[in-house]
Amino acid sequence: MQAKRRSAIDPSLLMALLLLSSLSLVVLYSAGGESYDLIWRQFVRLFVALLALIIFSMISPDSLRRWSPHLFIIGTLLLTLVLVIGYIGKGAQRWLDLGVVRFQPAEIMKLAVPMMIAWILSRRSLPPGILSIVLASICVVLPAVLVILQPDLGTAILIAVSGLLVIFLAGLRWQYIVATIGLVMAAAPLMWFNLHAYQQRRILTLFDPYSDPLGAGYHTIQSTIAVGSGGLHGKGWIGGTQSQLEFIPERSTDFIFAVFAEEFGLIGSLLILSIYLFIVGRTLVIAFNARDAYSRLLTASLSLTFFFYVFVNIGMVTGILPVVGVPLPLISYGGTSMVTLMAGFGIVMSVNSRKHFMA
Amino acid sequence: MANHEIKDTKRESRVIQSRILIAFIGVLALSAILIARLYFLQIIGHTHYETLSNNNRIDLVPVPPVRGLIFDRNGEVLAQNFPVYTLEVIPDQVEDMQRTLDEIGQLVVLTPHDLALFKKSLRQRPGFERRHLKTELSPDEASRFAVNQYRFKGVKLIARLQRFYPYGNLTAHVLGYVARIGPRDLARVDAAAYKGTDYIGKLGIEAYYENELHGQVGFEQAETNAHGRVVRRLNRTPAVAGVNLHLNLDIKLQEVATRVLDGRRGSIVAIEPATGGVLAFVSQPSFDANSFVNGIDTRRFRELNESEDRPLLNRALHGRYAPGSTIKGFIALAGLQAGIDPAQTISCYGSFSLPNSRHRYRDWKKEGHGHVDLKSAIMQSCDVYFYRLASKIGIRQIHDTLLPFGLGRKTGIDLNQEPSGLVPSPEWKRRSRNQPWYPGETVIAGIGQGYMLVTPLQLAVATATLANRGLYIEPRLLHSVEDPQTRIIEPVENAGSSYIEMKDSAYYDRVIAGMEAVVHGPRGTARRIGAKSSYRFAGKTGTAQVIGIAQNEEYDEENTAERFRDHSLFIAFAPVEKPRIAIAVVVENGGSGSRTAAPLAKEVLDYYLIDRLRRADLDDEESIGIGSTDTTPGSVLRGGDQQIPYNDSQKSGDTHTVPHWDLKHAG
Repeated sequence: MQAKRRSAIDPSLLMALLLLSSLSLVVLYSAGGESYDLIWRQFVRLFVALLALIIFSMISPDSLRRWSPHLFIIGTLLLTLVLVIGYIGKGAQRWLDLGVVRFQPAEIMKLAVPMMIAWILSRRSLPPGILSIVLASICVVLPAVLVILQPDLGTAILIAVSGLLVIFLAGLRWQYIVATIGLVMAAAPLMWFNLHAYQQRRILTLFDPYSDPLGAGYHTIQSTIAVGSGGLHGKGWIGGTQSQLEFIPERSTDFIFAVFAEEFGLIGSLLILSIYLFIVGRTLVIAFNARDAYSRLLTASLSLTFFFYVFVNIGMVTGILPVVGVPLPLISYGGTSMVTLMAGFGIVMSVNSRKHFMA
Repeated sequence: MANHEIKDTKRESRVIQSRILIAFIGVLALSAILIARLYFLQIIGHTHYETLSNNNRIDLVPVPPVRGLIFDRNGEVLAQNFPVYTLEVIPDQVEDMQRTLDEIGQLVVLTPHDLALFKKSLRQRPGFERRHLKTELSPDEASRFAVNQYRFKGVKLIARLQRFYPYGNLTAHVLGYVARIGPRDLARVDAAAYKGTDYIGKLGIEAYYENELHGQVGFEQAETNAHGRVVRRLNRTPAVAGVNLHLNLDIKLQEVATRVLDGRRGSIVAIEPATGGVLAFVSQPSFDANSFVNGIDTRRFRELNESEDRPLLNRALHGRYAPGSTIKGFIALAGLQAGIDPAQTISCYGSFSLPNSRHRYRDWKKEGHGHVDLKSAIMQSCDVYFYRLASKIGIRQIHDTLLPFGLGRKTGIDLNQEPSGLVPSPEWKRRSRNQPWYPGETVIAGIGQGYMLVTPLQLAVATATLANRGLYIEPRLLHSVEDPQTRIIEPVENAGSSYIEMKDSAYYDRVIAGMEAVVHGPRGTARRIGAKSSYRFAGKTGTAQVIGIAQNEEYDEENTAERFRDHSLFIAFAPVEKPRIAIAVVVENGGSGSRTAAPLAKEVLDYYLIDRLRRADLDDEESIGIGSTDTTPGSVLRGGDQQIPYNDSQKSGDTHTVPHWDLKHAG
């Protein structure tokens, strides 16, 4: 990290990321009612996010590994703080107001949790022993529970998934995996009753959106209509009636894919999906070739979590998954998650630039 | 166990790398699911979702048609539409409701009632629906708000057309009124045709000609957003305005007829005999039809509905009265039909008794009329003559003669719910009361008492038929319809007519001569009004008992409570030879027909024949209305009028048909 001043940036990955971000601006112009204001703010965020990418790409994986436990502890404390003196916004306590900036500690955890789990598991030889697994599980469950309490189910799932993916990647034995799935299935009814009424409704309406067409099912119905009516070629940029006439709710944030699919059709949707797949594939290759277990675990987890975002978001917009608040990465309008994502890709690039030293 | 202390990097690499490969396969599998789903939605289900999307955005917005106007025979507007301004609010678009209401309150008057209604609607309906804040803004208020509209998001000033009756009270019983459509109306009509229409005809002409007046609803395909706001109009089927109706009614005559009643309860119906056109159709007291248009408040409705004077009752159409002596001319016709000799006299000593009966049927004149023949019996309204006549010819002959004149049956006027009245017959009595017919009942039927009940309209129609010497023409309020676009006026199809055949058509002249003597004869019951008349006319007085008077009792008007006094009736047509108007007057509890009803009828006849028609004749060249030229009314008749020679002069446009007044009032 000291002597290596050569550029850590992976050109093809960066190109793909920039391509997605530009697509985001194009769709946002349409989804946001042709507002330059919205575009400008997204552009500023993109700039900040790219800055984060560059900064993180310059931090060596070794430093990251050393900081992992500290970052995790700080993040957990902040999450607790949010709950205690949480700032009330939109009925949920997610933001921490530091006077200058407001940010969501949960965003830190999106990086801190996979880093922490990778740190825990990479200290011992792999595949992990039962002790490591228990410890890692606690480090996954604790922050996830804290985020659920906010309550922010979508982010909690993402955080938990990023941690669990590390455990999986570390070579968790299949019998454990099967046992865990069995346990979850058994515990599912219990979890169900702990969900908020609106969360339950969202899951129920997934099976029959038309049971509540103006309530919980409205989002799903309108977004599937938007996607389906787009057809092969789409209705053209700013030509989507579902989006332009405001039938799609939250069309610049969580449901932006509906706008895109309506206006650019199957062709556009496949294009965007291939860019995502390229990014995932490229980062997985980097993880595959990384020099140590920590780097591999962390990079692969970040890559797969990124894909998980994409799958959950598009799944939700096309009506095969319940409506959970997961944005479409790099395309949805919104600040913090973009910065976090780009920081994650910074880490990936840092890993990439150092692959030759020990491999 | 010790092995674990030293990390086996090679093995670890293999473990993680294999997991990454597995994960990548998972990524591809999940991507395949997404692609399959997209393919399903965008290719297979495309048509379906495209339809849904279009249903979402394209709304059929109904365009209500403009309701047809109603004019009188001279082109005077009787029902019109004028724009009213309404403030509508969509609560979801209002940022601060209380502040908005406060600020609007400074521009327009918001009564506590308005605010209470509005706040109630806020709780009751979803926030994206529009609701009224205030209806009927004054023009001042409307313009004040219009200037400030930009300050109020979610508040809109809407102009729509509302029905207005310039002659409110005067026409309420003819035109009826429109009112807001209720669920019951919608069940009755084609609801689709009334999309967007606020009002529907409830009574009178407005109800009878609802289809013609309403017009056809238009549709506009409009693109609407998720909040139901119209963003863009795609294409439109324009509404077809309702046709304008031109009535036979003469509003000036209606006004005079109303004025002469002078607040008394009663009815005046005037008909143009040649066409059946209804010239005046008055029922008093009346009410202001305008107060019903937007819904009358309960208190005022109760006042109207529970008033002893029953202003809501349409007496001209629904009021059923014993015709009294006005019926005698028609009884005389029945007698002539039955073969009695009109020249044969009978002696009247003031009462009549049936053979083998001690019951005395009294004449209105205690001392009797002496020797009377048919003509003088009509002139003097001798009861005894008609008691005797009736009992001689029998009730069936009376029934069969009277019915074709429109007495005791629906006349066929263009108004809903016309009652039939009643001319009794033994069959009727058996059917409805399961009792036999008594000879005494025939006796009193001879002077229009007993079971017999007629409406003022029926009396007027019967009089017009008599004036026509037997040509019965269904009465019509509607004269012609006008296409609001082309302004082309077309007369409506011929009213139904039929000729009432008598054994000898001279019978009519005999009866008419008797009725002429009523007003012009030396002992006529209405000679006071006939004496100074500038034209000759025929009439018949009638005084109908409201309460029965015992055998040995005297009717004492002074000491009888007002509501139990006799009804005063009078029928007439004028001029005798070429009748232009037939009239029936009923004044409830007005006392004797000659004293109350007859002078009122004379005033109306004078006005129509002298003031109206003479002016029309003078203005003939530049005639504006339909009443001034006889070409159009004549065309309504054609066919039936061939049998009546006197009509020819009218058809040819010769309006100088009333020589008596023409000479005296020229200039």
